[in-house]
Amino acid sequence: MTDVHHSHDPIDLAPGEEDEGRIGPRLIGYVVGLGLAILLTATSFFVAGTDLVWQPSIPVAIIVLAIAQMGVHLVFFLHITTGADNTNNVLALAFGILIVVLVIGGSLWIMSNLNHNMMPMDQLMKMQR
Amino acid sequence: MSVTTMTQDLHQVRGLEVTDHPGPAPKRIVTAYGFWIFILSDMVMFSCFFAAFAVLSGETAGGPHGSELFNLKNVAIETGCLLLSSFTCGMASIAADVRNRLWFHVSMAVTCVLGLAFLFIEFREFADLVARGAGPSRSAFLSSFFTLVGCHGLHVSAGVLWLLTMMAQVFAKGFRADILRRILCFALFWHALDIIWVAVFSVVYLLGSAA
Amino acid sequence: MLGKLTWAAIPFDQPIPLVAGGVVLVAILAVLVWVVVKGHLPYLWDEWITSVDHKRIGVMYVLLASVMLLRGFSDAIMMRAQQAVAFQAPGFLPPEHYNQIFSAHGTIMIFFVAMPFVIGLMNLVVPLQLGVRDVAFPTLNSVGFWLTATGALLVNVSLVVGEFARTGWLPYPPLSELTYSPGVGVDYYLWSLEISGIGTLVAGINLVTTVLKIRTKGMNYLRMPMFCWTTLASNLLIIAAFPILTATLAMLILDRYLGFHFFTNEAGGNMMMFMNLIWAWGHPEVYILVLPAFGIFSEVVSTFSGKPLFGYRSMVLATMAICIISFMVWLHHFFTMGAGPDVNAIFGIASMIIAVPTGVKIYNWLFTMYGGRIRFSTPMLWSIGFMVTFIIGGLTGVLVAVPPADFLLHNSLFLVAHFHNVIIGGVLFGAFAGYTYWFPKAFGFKLHEGLGKAAFWFWLVGFYVAFFPLYAVGFLGMTRRMQHYDVAEWRPWLLLASVGAVLILIGIIFQIAQLVVSIRDREELRDHTGDPWDGRSLEWATSSPPPVFNFAVLPDVRGEDAYWAQKVRARQAGAAKSDIEYRPIEMPRNSPTGFVCAFFATVTGFALIWHIWWMVIAGLIGAFATFVVFAWRDHDEYEIPADEVARIDRENISERRDMISAAGSV
Repeated sequence: MTDVHHSHDPIDLAPGEEDEGRIGPRLIGYVVGLGLAILLTATSFFVAGTDLVWQPSIPVAIIVLAIAQMGVHLVFFLHITTGADNTNNVLALAFGILIVVLVIGGSLWIMSNLNHNMMPMDQLMKMQR
Repeated sequence: MSVTTMTQDLHQVRGLEVTDHPGPAPKRIVTAYGFWIFILSDMVMFSCFFAAFAVLSGETAGGPHGSELFNLKNVAIETGCLLLSSFTCGMASIAADVRNRLWFHVSMAVTCVLGLAFLFIEFREFADLVARGAGPSRSAFLSSFFTLVGCHGLHVSAGVLWLLTMMAQVFAKGFRADILRRILCFALFWHALDIIWVAVFSVVYLLGSAA
Repeated sequence: MLGKLTWAAIPFDQPIPLVAGGVVLVAILAVLVWVVVKGHLPYLWDEWITSVDHKRIGVMYVLLASVMLLRGFSDAIMMRAQQAVAFQAPGFLPPEHYNQIFSAHGTIMIFFVAMPFVIGLMNLVVPLQLGVRDVAFPTLNSVGFWLTATGALLVNVSLVVGEFARTGWLPYPPLSELTYSPGVGVDYYLWSLEISGIGTLVAGINLVTTVLKIRTKGMNYLRMPMFCWTTLASNLLIIAAFPILTATLAMLILDRYLGFHFFTNEAGGNMMMFMNLIWAWGHPEVYILVLPAFGIFSEVVSTFSGKPLFGYRSMVLATMAICIISFMVWLHHFFTMGAGPDVNAIFGIASMIIAVPTGVKIYNWLFTMYGGRIRFSTPMLWSIGFMVTFIIGGLTGVLVAVPPADFLLHNSLFLVAHFHNVIIGGVLFGAFAGYTYWFPKAFGFKLHEGLGKAAFWFWLVGFYVAFFPLYAVGFLGMTRRMQHYDVAEWRPWLLLASVGAVLILIGIIFQIAQLVVSIRDREELRDHTGDPWDGRSLEWATSSPPPVFNFAVLPDVRGEDAYWAQKVRARQAGAAKSDIEYRPIEMPRNSPTGFVCAFFATVTGFALIWHIWWMVIAGLIGAFATFVVFAWRDHDEYEIPADEVARIDRENISERRDMISAAGSV
């Protein structure tokens, strides 16, 4: 079942492939992605170090900018789209994101709850002596 | 029983697919999809290291905190290197699709150089931290820092090895179908590494310095 | 030169492991010598060790699981014996030894019996049920199997070279940290599981991609056999959960090898995080094990009731619901660790909710049986035994899902009884049902029915006699993993439990006898048509065993129970299809990549355990070189000519002619 360039199944696209055959639009896509990513990254670095922004909003801003950068990568570099030919790829990604959220979110919630309720380790160790 | 239920086939009622399933997918899709799933599993692994880092980020055991240790200028250069390398990797993908050997090798070589530059800066940062007594055995925070960032660095190193192998394969055998599939997988891997780096520099370095 | 490895690593002063190890070594050597002398080595190498055929790999997985079942069970017998005699007495197993035994028992049973068994059955059956030629990545499949075998090998080597972990099957820090486990035991555990974990992940990727991307024409998602749905759910869980295991064990490795402080007492480590992360893997793991068993029961119950599965769509929904919810309950494994009541309550409620889709499945199986013409063959007996046993085990699970109740029952023998109830009643009974059901497909002859039934009854009764006393003794306050005890009230229950263990032993003996007798009598038990049970799904459309390419022409599926529809049509037409156009078929070449890669993995793992650093580097270079050599292959497929395909297929069709023209009674 060897196949040639771009003979994809009309129902499905391989992850990472784009439906575009001509070089021009593809190049432009990568350039736009690079430009957007540079913009977002620079903003992130700026926000982290500046006094011009309301300080408590900085963590949120950085996280939002990070998510935006990941989105740029997914769309412009990995060519993940919402088209019907990408459904399987998007579903897999959604499943992965769900697990990541459960693991990180769940762990943070549980661990902070445990840490809050339990004696700090150094105090516990002092009791051992 | 199936003869009668055939006409009431659920997929048509549900509208899940317009036509019957056409059969096994072409190899290119199968290979790339399998690798895509592997990448997702790798993301889950990284999420564990992120979770550990988040939980332990305050446990400096009287030692140095991130804000005292991180050099954001280096981080910016590393970020630039990886971002540009993602772009040049995209160029290599296009070159492979149009079977242009010269552009493929040039793009891959630049990607490799940028990746090595990233690794060099990161290695230097680690060595510097260790020399200052802020190695991974100093505190739980540093353990989780070195593990998370180091794991990413290991993945980049593996990626560079893979990159060189792909260049060698194309050089020796040209753009054979299976080699093209591997290039597609390599591109997925390399872009995914940049996505993880976005999370790393945002959560570890930027948020860590702000604290 | 050899790191920490010295002659002192061999337990010359401990008779039990020494003798056990010696016996096993002699047995292995005897088998090897017999194989070589009889000239079977080229056959084994060409047809099995380097095979990338999913059927062969599936068989090897099940074989590995069966052999490791014997090792895990001997650990169990030793534990039961120890607890039977160690009342106000030291017993015959000193604590350092007893602790290794219960750790090895759990590790082996979960990772090297249950996992390989279900993965093996999924490997063997799923491509056949989907009507295709092989899994998505055949060579990777072989790599996955051999890496699992590497893990099993390392665990067994620890019996005679060094020691095993004494921490229980999950190595909680700080006990598992270097300070309190300075020996190589925990390292054996860690590297063995890291390596076999890669194998399992590879199998997971393979099977998910196969189910999603490699199905025959017309095999829409809602026409797949239920076993394929549970395979999908289980392997999605593998992909999602095993990276967590890899990461968590890696953190423990870093603590032990490089002085990191993830879980240590000092420098800010947080041991509770280990429990949190490891159970975030551990809970999905048990669903990884039980979901394929549920799938097996769906197949067996519908076949042996002669009816399509009741409530197919609700089964699919229930399966995917279990898949997702299983990632939301993991805290119930450490209710007592100190989380607040709000956290405990949420996870407790979620743990009870997850029982609901399982209940849906049970009702569907019962309704499948209702109104059917039930044949009580051995696979069906295992299924009925499962239904009763698993319900009880699930109910005790819902009981411990209530946090206040769990505060009394956590780590008591009640808990031990609960999880053995569901794992044996669910996973193991399912594995045995699948083994009996698909054995003729894999080997071409059925298993002896009478011995199978005997084995079932001894297992069933033995299980209840062995484990129900543990519920009682758990209520009476006995903690798990006790090397000796002083409470007189517990003794009669523990004695009863050891009787149960003996009954199970007899069941196992019957299973071994069944295999031996079946092989001896294989001509009488021969399955000529490929469809010994009047099956409903596509694997029964092939010969037994199927040809390497599975189907001469990939079937075109029109509805659920694809093969049943084919049979009905053929019987109505009075003849089998004879106007087939045969084409040459390309199949993947066999490859030693899996075996060689695992060899280097074994070398690397052993070297890491004993701190033989030059060997580690050599092993890693070898593994990388293996991949490069594999990548450099020019010919990865070979062609089977059309007339060869035609010849094989026509043979099978003529064998089936009688069965079809006999206008089936069922």
